[in-house]
Amino acid sequence: MMSDRAKDFPLRRRDVAKTLLNARDDTLIVTGLGSTNWDFTAAGDSARIFPLWGAMGGAVTMGLGLALAQPDKRVMVATGDGEMLMGIGSLATVAVQAPKNLTICVFDNERYGETGMQATHTASVADLTLTAQGLGIADAGTIRTEDELTLALDHMTAGDGPVFRVIKVRAEPLDFILPSKDGVHLKNRFRQALLGDDAL
Amino acid sequence: MEWPNDIYAAFKEAGVDQVAYVPDAGHKVLINACIADNDMKAVSLTSEEEGVALTAGAWLGGDKCVMLMQSSGVGNCINMLSLIETCRFPFVAFITMRGQWHEFNPWQMPMGTTTKQTLELAGLLVEEVEDPDDVGPQAAAILHKAFVGQQSAALLLHQRLVPVKTFGK
Repeated sequence: MMSDRAKDFPLRRRDVAKTLLNARDDTLIVTGLGSTNWDFTAAGDSARIFPLWGAMGGAVTMGLGLALAQPDKRVMVATGDGEMLMGIGSLATVAVQAPKNLTICVFDNERYGETGMQATHTASVADLTLTAQGLGIADAGTIRTEDELTLALDHMTAGDGPVFRVIKVRAEPLDFILPSKDGVHLKNRFRQALLGDDAL
Repeated sequence: MEWPNDIYAAFKEAGVDQVAYVPDAGHKVLINACIADNDMKAVSLTSEEEGVALTAGAWLGGDKCVMLMQSSGVGNCINMLSLIETCRFPFVAFITMRGQWHEFNPWQMPMGTTTKQTLELAGLLVEEVEDPDDVGPQAAAILHKAFVGQQSAALLLHQRLVPVKTFGK
């Protein structure tokens, strides 16, 4: 049975995004379809964020390709529990590569937010932290409170990766704060900011 | 069988940084060459669609990534290829074919006989090579098409190029 507990989770996703975005100004961020896109756009749209409007299940491996290409930069994937479940095997792919500069944050509200707040598998039986550990990412954990987030922040933004954290966030209706949906623009602005004008 | 080494040489010439693959008998020699190369990052995938997203992330970071897979994996990539099409990421896959030549497994036929059309519907430019002597030049041309011409493309390696599989029957 689906649980309604997520309506009472203390952490609010928009606050979490702001905290993660502002922790360091040079983290490269990939956000997954869909609510984490709006969370990070609300926190501050930026060329160092690549929001995925589609490609569900691809956020983690997109972050992996970026992390392997930029070993001296921190790469953070911020995605939802539904998007993570669709690409769950990618955690094993990350574990084998073991990039030290990659952090994966799953904003877990136990819902499919874009389609009407239906329960994901985490609302009843599935535990993404145990799954990540089972697929080989030993440094995996669950964050439920602001204090836990504050304590973990340095490690999540600068510690040796791969780091995987499930952040349990409240299931709540929020305004859509949309980034550009022009994929070519999003790609070019990211590459220009990271690699310079020659990358265009 | 020299053609896998010809593809590897084309990768070196094109400056390929990352190689995403799902283990495959036809690509075994090439995959092992890429794994042994310390200047290449060889990434083993659990499903082909991961490689599509990996390629896009690599390009965002300034790396060139190619994909190695079998025709049966093409179906696993379809929605993820929307990322390539929508953002116009360069993309190139080297695909060993099943369902063409002395295929003993009927389960390989549905995907093997529709690989080219499937990829074209997903927006890729598709070429096929059957002559082993032509694999190297075709590989170089399709790498150029992807990374210099900034297109998305696939090179199909005809089943005549790979050992006939029988499971001993």
